[in-house]
Amino acid sequence: MEITSRGLWTAIHGIGFGALYLLACSGAVVELWRRYSPKVLVAASASDEAFLRTYLVVMTLLAWYAVLSGAYVIYPWYRASPPPGMVGLAGYPQRLLMSSSTTVVWHSLGMEWKEHVAWLTPISITMACVVFLKYGRRIKDHPQLRDTVVCFVVVSFVAAGIAGFFGAMLNKNAPVEGGHTIRLVHGGHP
Amino acid sequence: MTNGSGVAAVLAAGIGAFTLAVLAVATDHIVALQRLMVFYKPTGPLSGVTTASILIWLAVWVGLDLRWRHRTVPGGRTSIIALTLLGLSLMLTFPPFGDLF
Repeated sequence: MEITSRGLWTAIHGIGFGALYLLACSGAVVELWRRYSPKVLVAASASDEAFLRTYLVVMTLLAWYAVLSGAYVIYPWYRASPPPGMVGLAGYPQRLLMSSSTTVVWHSLGMEWKEHVAWLTPISITMACVVFLKYGRRIKDHPQLRDTVVCFVVVSFVAAGIAGFFGAMLNKNAPVEGGHTIRLVHGGHP
Repeated sequence: MTNGSGVAAVLAAGIGAFTLAVLAVATDHIVALQRLMVFYKPTGPLSGVTTASILIWLAVWVGLDLRWRHRTVPGGRTSIIALTLLGLSLMLTFPPFGDLF
């Protein structure tokens, strides 16, 4: 079982950071909505508050790691130009997608959307995290602020979902591969 | 505790998101801007669009926070503006919509 170094980076970006962020979103939305509602009968405790603070900090880090690894590690490999006369485009995913009418839209819509919309995620969750770090349990005294923060977290989920979906489909149609080959498990005899 | 800091953060996030979307559309259409936005060559114009947007977002955030941190500001109206900007950002980053401009 082998993976190339570029394939590993792509997996870390998409699954390690991106998918983990998507999974974490529901927890943040539910926690903010239910536990910090002005109508809640049992107030959140100090340990609940500390938990959500840590949770949002981790989500913020995941979002930034995802966009930064995407834009500065994987995207350069994706958009690399082949040398003149190159026939096989497997090592040049963007050019491979653009070489056929059946795959070009994965780039012109998928990547062109994903590369920008993904950045709404770290902007939104950083704001939500800082607001909660500042207000903590007192956010329930500011219901409009809390509601808006929840909306931003929901939009961050939508943006990350769009980026994640197209990332997966782009990698399916034109995988980012190359670099060193890492052997994960030695194969046995069939 | 006043709501000023929180509202500042929300509005700044809306402005930051909208700035990114507008810069992305403008860079796609203006060749001179494409060249200007190449901060890191392997990443191309995306490096400049995102870096400039983040810097503008953070500067607006700091400015609004300094102005509002000890005040109670109209949260409802500001939230609507911030959410509208966020919604417009989502739309503008969608290539068929961005290409209308």
